[in-house]
Amino acid sequence: MRHLLSAGDLSRDEAHLILDTAEEMRSLADRPIKKLPALRGRTVVNLFFEDSTRTRISFEAAAKRLSADVINFSAKGSSVSKGESLKDTALTLQAMGADGVVCRHGSSGAPHLLATSGWMTGSVVNAGDGTHEHPTQALLDAFTMRRHLGALEGRRITIVGDVLHSRVARSNVLLLSTLGAEVTVVAPPTLLPVDMSSWPCATSYDFDSTLAKSDAVMMLRVQRERMNDAYFPSAREYARRYGLDVHRMAQLPDDAIVLHPGPMNRGMEISAEVADSTRSVIVEQVTNGVAVRMAVLYLLLSGSNETTTEEQTA
Amino acid sequence: MSSYLITGAKIVGGEVADVLIDNGEIVAIGTNLETPEDIETIDAKGLIALPGLVDLHTHLREPGREDAETVLTGTRAAALGGFTAGFAMANTDPVADTAGVVEQVWRLGRDAGYADVYPIGAVTVGRKGTQLAELGAMADSAAHVRVFSDDGDCVWDAALMRRALEYVKAFDGVIAQHAQEPRLTQGAQMNEGALSGVLGLTGWPSVAEEAIIARDILLNAHVGSKLHICHLSTKGSVEIVRAAKRRGLEVTAEVTPHHLMLTEDLAASYNPVFKVNPPLRTKEDVEAVREGLADGTIDIVATDHAPHPVEDKDCEWSAAAFGMLGLETALSVVQHAMIDTGLMTWADLADRMSYRPAAIGQVSEHGRPLEAGAPANLVLVDPAAERTVVPGESASLSRNTPFDGMTLPGKVVATFLRGTATVLDGKLAR
Repeated sequence: MRHLLSAGDLSRDEAHLILDTAEEMRSLADRPIKKLPALRGRTVVNLFFEDSTRTRISFEAAAKRLSADVINFSAKGSSVSKGESLKDTALTLQAMGADGVVCRHGSSGAPHLLATSGWMTGSVVNAGDGTHEHPTQALLDAFTMRRHLGALEGRRITIVGDVLHSRVARSNVLLLSTLGAEVTVVAPPTLLPVDMSSWPCATSYDFDSTLAKSDAVMMLRVQRERMNDAYFPSAREYARRYGLDVHRMAQLPDDAIVLHPGPMNRGMEISAEVADSTRSVIVEQVTNGVAVRMAVLYLLLSGSNETTTEEQTA
Repeated sequence: MSSYLITGAKIVGGEVADVLIDNGEIVAIGTNLETPEDIETIDAKGLIALPGLVDLHTHLREPGREDAETVLTGTRAAALGGFTAGFAMANTDPVADTAGVVEQVWRLGRDAGYADVYPIGAVTVGRKGTQLAELGAMADSAAHVRVFSDDGDCVWDAALMRRALEYVKAFDGVIAQHAQEPRLTQGAQMNEGALSGVLGLTGWPSVAEEAIIARDILLNAHVGSKLHICHLSTKGSVEIVRAAKRRGLEVTAEVTPHHLMLTEDLAASYNPVFKVNPPLRTKEDVEAVREGLADGTIDIVATDHAPHPVEDKDCEWSAAAFGMLGLETALSVVQHAMIDTGLMTWADLADRMSYRPAAIGQVSEHGRPLEAGAPANLVLVDPAAERTVVPGESASLSRNTPFDGMTLPGKVVATFLRGTATVLDGKLAR
């Protein structure tokens, strides 16, 4: 692995390696000294073109626990017309000697461009790009599910919400199918891409029919403003048809868990009772996020046995 | 003005003959021609002589974006591509929506001297789609405008489109529509389909083009005017135009070289050099537009040459400008897509890239068959040559060619504009 741009780029072995490494990183959290010297002397830049305090803090904590030097670079207004271009930012990071760049950007493909344009040589981690992907979110979701459900092979996972605009959904569908899970995405037809024939998952418009056969349910954030573009008639109707409330939760199998990438719209896609219930692993997802991101940074930047000669010189 | 004797050229790909050019005209075509003493002879053995190409859809960017292209650099690129005439789109700054601006562009073209420039006038004031521009004033101006377009934006208001079509009947004008339903394409970045969903790029659905084309054909049938469809790109559009023509409805249509060759999967690179409007479509669409061009459903090839400065393409996809260079590669791409595949002959190519665009644009100086007495607007092409496209070698000020690094067949050896060589030995002649 040189970069982490898409969850679809990971083989099953690579995905397992990250998750197993994250398991080791997770155990650190229970020790008195939570820090490893693995990335001492390495520089990780958190390059955030979009506000995302939780993701940035998670990456920052991950890099610091690995003893990397962390630079937070918040650059709102990314396009040529609005300010400094992505290219100039990349050239600046290159000049400063960034070993790893964690990039959050509103434009789909921006991390891909950073990795392939030749503007910089550091490893690029996609921390969410437009409506494309958010691979570390998918990894932390898989990690969390694995801790509760065991191996994900054959497990039935239902992802509900604004799939059309969700980078979380895209990365999860790709990663979970790589890990052998059976994924179903559920949404009103307006919030699904018009042609999903190439997606390795099933689709449904009927949330209720999927409940009894779900080992995990992942609720996606749905912006209320979507109703202004006629994606659905009202927040109430959305919540009635696609929201997870206690009634629906009761129809899940006994051991099923509920996930949400946050931030939640309580009362919209998920009711407060469900979010705070014992089935909910939402707070745990946040904890696991640090461990998973430590694993990703460690594997990309430490020059471990996974790194080839070419990658070390790059 | 020099005289030339072109020897041994295949006339429009057919019989081999010599062409005598003098005083801006083709004096004779044949063998053993009587020639003046001081004549310059060009050995055209193995070359094809075509009528000078006519591009009905070019963005020359002047006035306003002289950092991307000027009339001079754009017409140089045109000459190198075998064009002797080009229609300059109206989306300049200021917009070509008054007699003053179209006359300025027309004069710049005359001064440059590499190709005749025919300005296209905007349909609406500022291309805003709300109020008709002074179409009559542009028609009556020295630029003699006959083609009107808000290209870049669709004349989406059906009532306004109807009035525009009606109004230009008074001076035999044509409305060239950029067919794009705006509400269906808000924020659109690439063709809508399986790939756009995977890449997370907002889709530009085929139906947004097809719905406007269908509507405008019916509007035009109602008012009896002239409608031209810019850069048609989908299979469904071809079917609609084909059905309309079968019913005897008046409509003409163009396809770009890039839509004849490139497909949407190039967007997976997130390299904005492949970002264009309408977007690159699927393989099925490419096959359909090729078929449509071959059977005459699509009347012409027009480049939609759209220069952009480096910084507008060297950025993230959604921030990048739409558009691709086209003038210098058009002939090669059409040879590759249509002739080398056996879908068209060189005579068909002359029809689609010279005769018919000139007829739609209503210029009599261009698009004439190669025969004695016609203006000496012609191009010599080496169909056996191959070349690799190198952006830095372009005569355009911009570098945004999607054919970067591709090897394409055919090479323009010489171009003559009214008997004057604008290109000789594949290089600008002056």
